[in-house]
Amino acid sequence: MSRPTARHGVGLSVFQRRPEVTGGLIGLVVVYAFFAYLGGSVFMQAPGWSSFLSVAAEVGIIALPVGLLMIAGELDISVGAILPAASLTTAVISGHYDLPTYMGIAGGLAVGVIVGYVNGLLVSRTKIPSLIITVGTMFGTMGLTLGLTIMIAGSTGVFMTPDPISKALLGQFIGGMFRVTMVWWVLFIVVVFYILHISPWGNWIFAVGGDPESARNAGIPTRRVTVGLYMLSGFAAAFVGVSQVITFQSAQVAAGQSFIFNSIMCVVIGGVLLTGGAGSVIGIVIGTLTFSIVNQGIFFSGLDPNYGSIIIGVLLLAAVLSNDTFRNIALRYGSKKS
Amino acid sequence: MSNQTPVIELRNVDKSFGPIDVLHEISLKVNAGEVLCLLGDNGAGKSTLIKTLAGVHSPTRGQILLDGKPMRFSRPKDAQEKGIATVHQFGGTFPLMTIGRSFFAGVEPTKGIWPFKVFDRSKANQIAVKAVQDFGITRIDDGDRLVGGLSGGERQSLAIARAVHFGARVLILDEPTAALGVKQAAHVLRIVNEAKRRGLAVIFITHQVMHAMAVGDHFAVLIRGAIAADFRKGEKSREEITDLMAGGETMSDLEAQIEGYMETHDGHPPQVASQSDA
Ligand SMILES: Nc1ncnc2c1ncn2[C@@H]1O[C@H](COP(=O)(O)OP(=O)(O)OP(=O)(O)O)[C@@H](O)[C@H]1O
Ligand SMILES: [Mg+2]
Repeated sequence: MSRPTARHGVGLSVFQRRPEVTGGLIGLVVVYAFFAYLGGSVFMQAPGWSSFLSVAAEVGIIALPVGLLMIAGELDISVGAILPAASLTTAVISGHYDLPTYMGIAGGLAVGVIVGYVNGLLVSRTKIPSLIITVGTMFGTMGLTLGLTIMIAGSTGVFMTPDPISKALLGQFIGGMFRVTMVWWVLFIVVVFYILHISPWGNWIFAVGGDPESARNAGIPTRRVTVGLYMLSGFAAAFVGVSQVITFQSAQVAAGQSFIFNSIMCVVIGGVLLTGGAGSVIGIVIGTLTFSIVNQGIFFSGLDPNYGSIIIGVLLLAAVLSNDTFRNIALRYGSKKS
Repeated sequence: MSNQTPVIELRNVDKSFGPIDVLHEISLKVNAGEVLCLLGDNGAGKSTLIKTLAGVHSPTRGQILLDGKPMRFSRPKDAQEKGIATVHQFGGTFPLMTIGRSFFAGVEPTKGIWPFKVFDRSKANQIAVKAVQDFGITRIDDGDRLVGGLSGGERQSLAIARAVHFGARVLILDEPTAALGVKQAAHVLRIVNEAKRRGLAVIFITHQVMHAMAVGDHFAVLIRGAIAADFRKGEKSREEITDLMAGGETMSDLEAQIEGYMETHDGHPPQVASQSDA
């Protein structure tokens, strides 16, 4: 009552309603300034940007659906196995068997969607935590990939030569430096932003993560939401795998492990609530950029690369703590108004 | 009383979870514009009964009739589509969602054409705020506020307003006044009366006899999953109802037990929660 109404301006309420974005932006600016200072002009110019943006694009494409899953209250560890499984599928189809590239791409993406579907079914039909289930499907996918690759190709690495159109669409370096994956990342951002914040399905995702029982009672098809989200994250991981094999023209069984933790890190730094029910696409994008700047900036800074891990750890804790604080402010907003 | 067809009726409904029998031979009727109070001790089966009505569980045996016609619900959505709205115990709203989004969870208003459907936020907020205000909660005026920032009574009111808004004919409330202060509880009771005035059939679960007597037309007491008593307003006194709710033991018996305990324990009452005394 004592507060003048003018204080309820747009700036204030956006700050209060999107707490993770505000905190995240501050973190992003601080981290960029820090590495710009240490890394100097090289980091601030094209080489620096291309290095952290290509990391951001790859991990970002996976972090978006992993973030949606976390908002819905689930984890997906299997992305780390889907990625190499998809690259190898593409390489085996189009390289080893020499079939057209588009068939390889379709095969690789299908692997991701199928593993995602299996994840979704298992998570929504059983009461086993999704962490355990997706660790299981990760090992299953990894074992199958390794076994089948050796059986078919006789080695753990397979080569392929993509056709020019596929190369231009998925494996090109724009200006000789910027990977085309960045453009795809932007497309993924637009689509996932639409799903979460504009379409009615976004409401279902928040509701499922906020209180699954109430969501089901409200008539939301919670199982379909879960299965759909796992298929999306499987697709995204496979997409990155396929784009890697098209870019580098070879696929390795061991690729992809780093994406498991990195994608979760981006999502959490981006302010998605670990227990589900809250988060935003802008937050995830900010988290991804922050993570990638630290991840690559460390090489430009001349610091011991191990410090990078420390910075990521500190950022993670700071993000979780500050999001808690901001969220409480957001919850109080309004009850004070009356 | 009258010969009108009850809006909702249960006939000999049994419900078991595997080997555990929770409900036995439940038969109940609720007419339009009437409040049925479902009373009973913890674990008596009240929540299970209303979950069966709401389509969360399906009855093991017996029938549910809506307007005299037998119904079978396999999902909560089926019951909802027939106009049975339920506000479950410990639930119904999403703390980290806005009022507008929470109000329309599962039935989002959209604009635009497929596949470019857009969640119509301003419409959702406007309708949600109006629906709650129509029930007398005028303090809620901004649909962008988070539900978690509302008081317990406001959250219950929001959940009830939501149920009524979506055309419910049967409103089921599982302990809506539990954990509420006197004033907030009075507010929820007023909303129950308003729903009754609008002609809804209401099933109201509570542990507080006072709350039951304030709104109830008809009372049913559940003891270990069976109906132990079924009576209308004015047929039993407050004390009798309290005794029934205590599971058949009379309140005076319970009091005597406590007194007996105190005599044999130097005047200390039985320890319920750990108290630190000097
Ligand atoms: N899904 C289930 N599986 C097995 N047993 C169940 C299940 N749901 C409820 N029960 C059992 O049924 C009995 C009745 O539970 P219910 O929740 O209906 O009680 P209640 O009358 O609502 O109690 P309260 O007043 O504490 O809310 C309890 O003994 C409970 O353990
Ligand atoms: Mg109960």
